[in-house]
Amino acid sequence: MKPVRLTVSVMAAIPVSGCAGIQTALGGQAVQSSDFVSLFTIFMVVCTLMYFVIVGALMWAVLRRRRESEACTVETGKHEVSTPQSRVALIAWTSVIAVGLSALAVASFFTDRSLAAAARNPKLAITVTAHQWWWDVQYTPVDPSHIIRTANELHLPVGVPTEITLKSDDVIHSFWIPKLAGKQDVIPGRVTDAQILPRQIGQYRGQCAEFCGAEHANMALDVTVESMADFKKWAAAQLQPATAPTTPLAAAGFNYVTTRQCSVCHNITGTPANGQVGPDLTHFASRKTIAAGTLPLTTGNLYGWIADPQSQKPGSQMPTMQIAPQDLHAIVAYLETLK
Amino acid sequence: MTPAEKARARPANVPRDGPDLTGPELEARLHKTWSRPRGLIGWLSSVDHKEIGIRYIVTALVFFAMAGLLALHMRLQLATPDSNLMTPELYNESFTMHGSTMMFLFAVPVMQGMQIYLTPLMAGTRNMAFPRLTAFSYWMYLSGGLMLWISHVLNVSPDNGWFSYVPLAGPQYSPGKRADVWAQMITFTEVAALAVAVTLTATILKQRAPGMTLARMPIFLWSTLVTSLMVIFSMPSVALASSMLISDRSVGTQFFNPAENGDALLWQHLFWFFGHPEVYIIFLPGTAFVSEIVVTFCRRSIHGYSVVALSLVATGILAFGLWVHHMFATGLPRVGYSFFTAASMSVAIPTGLQIFCWIATMWEGRPRLTVPMLYVIGFIFTFVIGGLSGVIIASVPLDLQLTDTYFIVAHLHYVLIGGSVFPLLGAITYWFPKVTGRMMSERMGKVAFWTIFLGFQLAFFPMHISGLMGMPRRVFTYPAGMGLELWNMLSTIGAFVVGAAVLLFVVNLLASLFRGAPAGPNPWDAPSLEWAAASPPRPYNFAHIPVVESRTPLWDGADSLRVVHGLRVDEPELLLTTVISATPDLREPGVAPSLWPFVSTVAVAVAFVCSIFSPWALVFGAVPIGIALTAWFWPKKPPPEGEPVIV
Amino acid sequence: MSSRFRNSAAAAVALLALLGACDRESRNSRGQPLGETVPTGASPDTIYPGNSQPPPLSAQAAAYQNNAYAISQGQQLFTQMNCVGCHSHGGGGMGPPLMDPKWRYGGRIDQIAASIAEGRPNGMPAWRTKLTSEQIWQLAAYVRSLSGQVPKDAVSARADTLSNTPPQTQQTPEPVLPAGSAQQ
Repeated sequence: MKPVRLTVSVMAAIPVSGCAGIQTALGGQAVQSSDFVSLFTIFMVVCTLMYFVIVGALMWAVLRRRRESEACTVETGKHEVSTPQSRVALIAWTSVIAVGLSALAVASFFTDRSLAAAARNPKLAITVTAHQWWWDVQYTPVDPSHIIRTANELHLPVGVPTEITLKSDDVIHSFWIPKLAGKQDVIPGRVTDAQILPRQIGQYRGQCAEFCGAEHANMALDVTVESMADFKKWAAAQLQPATAPTTPLAAAGFNYVTTRQCSVCHNITGTPANGQVGPDLTHFASRKTIAAGTLPLTTGNLYGWIADPQSQKPGSQMPTMQIAPQDLHAIVAYLETLK
Repeated sequence: MTPAEKARARPANVPRDGPDLTGPELEARLHKTWSRPRGLIGWLSSVDHKEIGIRYIVTALVFFAMAGLLALHMRLQLATPDSNLMTPELYNESFTMHGSTMMFLFAVPVMQGMQIYLTPLMAGTRNMAFPRLTAFSYWMYLSGGLMLWISHVLNVSPDNGWFSYVPLAGPQYSPGKRADVWAQMITFTEVAALAVAVTLTATILKQRAPGMTLARMPIFLWSTLVTSLMVIFSMPSVALASSMLISDRSVGTQFFNPAENGDALLWQHLFWFFGHPEVYIIFLPGTAFVSEIVVTFCRRSIHGYSVVALSLVATGILAFGLWVHHMFATGLPRVGYSFFTAASMSVAIPTGLQIFCWIATMWEGRPRLTVPMLYVIGFIFTFVIGGLSGVIIASVPLDLQLTDTYFIVAHLHYVLIGGSVFPLLGAITYWFPKVTGRMMSERMGKVAFWTIFLGFQLAFFPMHISGLMGMPRRVFTYPAGMGLELWNMLSTIGAFVVGAAVLLFVVNLLASLFRGAPAGPNPWDAPSLEWAAASPPRPYNFAHIPVVESRTPLWDGADSLRVVHGLRVDEPELLLTTVISATPDLREPGVAPSLWPFVSTVAVAVAFVCSIFSPWALVFGAVPIGIALTAWFWPKKPPPEGEPVIV
Repeated sequence: MSSRFRNSAAAAVALLALLGACDRESRNSRGQPLGETVPTGASPDTIYPGNSQPPPLSAQAAAYQNNAYAISQGQQLFTQMNCVGCHSHGGGGMGPPLMDPKWRYGGRIDQIAASIAEGRPNGMPAWRTKLTSEQIWQLAAYVRSLSGQVPKDAVSARADTLSNTPPQTQQTPEPVLPAGSAQQ
């Protein structure tokens, strides 16, 4: 029994291990993704059963003991004789397949309906614009004075149905947060949408899921699902303009960022840096990663990123600039104040 | 004219095969008529379907090995997280070259190569319907493949995936000529595949041996017919799409420019309308190999012949109604999606019926577990997993999580390797004695089988899991800490095991070529007509055209088959029969070896390759093409009148 | 391997390398880490001692001018940095047209790059502190393509935008008139 127990526990470990992981599709932390988990379980049970039926029939057919009298060989000339049960078996088999597939299709249809129902009456509206290779996130409430603009991150209040309008600035990307919902392609020239109804507080990760060029692998999204109170706190902080620098080093950084290369591409609300080409940096230091999930946000990584982005994300739109060391210190000091 | 008048009108001194001219003297004269000149020019002018078939298969296997090496390199890159063994650009070029080579330069050509070799032998005729067109198609295929791989060496290789979605592959986001090279490779291989499909269809419909009605022809010929018709209906779609892409990129048309009312999704529809039938074009010949092997090694004719034949036809038709399941994430209306879910699930039914028939054949027969039969069993174990994962992703809510992840990579390799490569390896082992007159080593074959079967499971089963854990496709690396490390390392180890197995198979092939045990015409005691020819077959295939009275002509118990007499011996001549009941109909003059298909290919290849750089190349290039085609089709001498045939 | 075979093999490889697309297809996203600069003072009015010809183009600049990646990056920068605001898509408006043969400050790639970096009288901003040298070279390469100076295999036919110019692959090359010529 020991080898059997070992096999069963190893096989059970495989799907169970899939539940852990920050980007797994088996998480079920939102209505959409938990519907996926339920439907996937149904399909897996049916398909595994079918597989063992087929493989069992195959092995039985190959290995069964045959009586000498039933030889269907060339010598006896009986290479076309058929057992009478085979016709019944064929009809039974066809019915099993047809019924099984229809049942699965019906289950799939009901899941579709459940997803559509969860998507009705969204309370929060977000617009995400995908670029090569970063995500521009804009919260678009009815009151335009409450528009929040950030990049490469999403904060979602738990239990609130959210509608995310998706656009692309250049090529086809795909918006995907596996623990929350299925993916939705982002196609230039079209507007698509995704719906998420998160049910569990936590930190998740999303990633672009349609090949979009050299840095497709480094186009991720940090997703935080939090309580309504925490979400409101975050939103209020995001609405503030950028913190003014207090130390001389940060002030030097402010000067560099708003008068040199940074200001041409990046926007920092409340400062003269109003570039619209790259990600918004107004509350950059409150994020968890740099460059759409390429690097965790630490001081060392920030130095490395600004000094030579092309070594971390070759091909990305941020060029490697020749920044003198004292300027680099100043820039990093300033950016770290942008909470 | 009355038959007597016709008999008087017929020239009496034309040598024909018959009771007066048979045996070694007939064979010597037929050999002289049907063989081609020696030397380089003779080699370039060959129109013998067996030679062309071998060239197709060998070339395709070389491309398979090259694409496999790319895969091993990519697996090394993905074995560890945050790896920088390959730059992102090199990785993107590698998976593009891997996918394009496997799909366009290996999978379809190798199946067509097997079909070219086997169809006339199985149908009981001497050559294909359009031999020079077949030769032309091989040279076109070779040119397209060479162009793609030379571009890889010269750093112009395409890097947008084998599917080359716009706008990424469009003029703004893909600078240079890489995407144009990809698009022209499509043109070459599509022309080649269409040409082969046309000639196979004509051969099967009009050149079967007398008595081989449609209901008596081997399942392999049914599959070849269905596959060829699928090629004819699907390939023009991708040719159109790639031409539109080249046009956008070289002369600034707006087909895929959303700002000017073009549509990025137009590309996807056109591509997948071809792309989905394409995978069945690759899969159905695999099922045909399985049918032939199962029949021989279970010593029982196929159980439910009509069911199997009709399943092939049903799969071929249904395959055209599934393409949107590649686009479930694009945001098209959900009502339309449900139609494609239903169609995608229902295509499992004919395949399920075929599986029933194979298992029933094994049940009612006596299976001999030779190497080809092992590959059939491995095929069922593997392909069914791929088919069931296909049923899973046919459902839209499930596909929205699983598409564009490694779950799909697992699925596609299970169905393509399990469903086509395993049967192909079994088929090569099975028909090797016919082609070369020697047997492959059974022991080495079994070792290679178990290595590739187990290595494949190790390489690709973990990809189901890494896809479920959130690993998207086409990523050159992945971050640590997502739980993907173990599965990727297992896949890499498995990939190298598969590589070793393929190497072992090739070593077996080459060693057996020189030192394998000699084989007679029918070493496996198989029932179909090709096993009546010599091993290797003579240039003229059969000394007399056989007459067929059942589905298993060589099992009918007679010592020799009834044959047709009266075909010319001094000139190549084929017997045409009617489409459904295969009664003798016409004589057709055969085709002599010709250098013009090769010359035409050179002219066409120059025009196509230069058109990557300028559209004027097509205008000026049309002149040499016109000259070559005119020389090719110049009538040689008045053809003999179609005479009524007397058996 | 006889020496004759070796020589002919080497010749064949060299021929293949010539046909190779190194210049056009290489994608150098980093530029030179150090020392890559846009020249200053490369004005067409500069007089050079001797035969008064400007020095030949540096190899680095030459690498940019026929490089497809550089031209396509320049195309994206042209819109992102709002060059279209004054120059439109080459037809000009507030700023002079870039598709015509007239180059007030010179039409060689290093002269165009110098104009972008330094700014020019009557409204051309100085981008030296706002763009990296590599970006300025890329823009200069793209600007050359607007008047058809670039070989047709390195340009892209159109952008994914409203169609406002004839396809660049169909454009006839405009001559680059010397700055002091009467036709300017």
